[in-house]
Amino acid sequence: MSLLPFVQWLAKTPGSIALHESSYMYPLVESVHVLTLCVFLGMAVMFDLRLLGITLTKVPMSQLKHRLGPWMTSGFIVMVITGVLLFYAVPVRSYQSVWFRMKAVALVLAGLNAFVFHRTVDQRIEEWDRDPVPPRAARRAGARSLVLWTLIVVCGRMIAYNWFDCDKQPQPAIVNALAGCVVPAEATP
Amino acid sequence: MLPFFHWVETTRVSEAISASPWAFAVIESGHLLALAVIGGAVLMLDLRLLGLGLRDQPIERVARDAQPWLVWSLAVMLVTGVLLFSSEPIKCYNSSAFWVKMSSLLLAMMFTFTVRRKVALAGDGDVRPVWLKVVGIVSLTLWFGVGAGGRWIGFSA
Repeated sequence: MSLLPFVQWLAKTPGSIALHESSYMYPLVESVHVLTLCVFLGMAVMFDLRLLGITLTKVPMSQLKHRLGPWMTSGFIVMVITGVLLFYAVPVRSYQSVWFRMKAVALVLAGLNAFVFHRTVDQRIEEWDRDPVPPRAARRAGARSLVLWTLIVVCGRMIAYNWFDCDKQPQPAIVNALAGCVVPAEATP
Repeated sequence: MLPFFHWVETTRVSEAISASPWAFAVIESGHLLALAVIGGAVLMLDLRLLGLGLRDQPIERVARDAQPWLVWSLAVMLVTGVLLFSSEPIKCYNSSAFWVKMSSLLLAMMFTFTVRRKVALAGDGDVRPVWLKVVGIVSLTLWFGVGAGGRWIGFSA
């Protein structure tokens, strides 16, 4: 099932066109998206580094969650809202971007990683709350999170570049397949 | 100062980055990743100075834990930043956002490594709470200027 008709419809909605064409709103939304990175990811990095046992080792993990968690969550909400708006402004190109698709996959994996962490080792937090170096499962969750978020940031930044855009043919078959490009039959090698 | 910017454009680094289709994007990604770390390190201590965030912990501890991440991410920011600048010095010269960013950066670094550092390491009770808050707000404002200015360079024609 392809979502192409849906994003094509989305691109024709007045809101999408307005956001896409506005000289100030789009850069503003993008700036908020990027700068909120400091709030959300900055806090998430500190969390992950604490999980790895390499910073804030004297601060109990539960305290970190309690005190920095709300900042991280607020930052995340802003990132999601502005992220959705950025997609809304450029739906077709984003949907057919390899970078966007990789970012989406990494986001799902990061969510899954957080979910598994909360369902497993985080449930036994009283046992290791004050340990300078948390148990292996927690360290692994922290490491996976750092790798995934690095990927998410890099892919996010790369969406801006058009190396692999569908309207820039010929592209390698793998790019066309991953990006879901609709290539006319005579153009395929 | 314009001759300096013209000279930068003729350096080998500048030419190499401009000639490569990937280099700028890759360096920019590194710049952005370091932004997340420096954001976390700055914010964690500034929130604490404002009486928010890790407020059960002594300010000094938060400052000491944040310090290495601040210093190293700043180092990465400066190196990648200089490389990004070197690839388009004239665009930067003509961008008011660039000058806002550089002024904010200079002030932010001076403030962070003098006043803010001294206040944060002074130990609880030695500095009046209102001054802690002022330092936190000044720091946040200056670093915000750096970030916002930086993002806006990309939008200048």
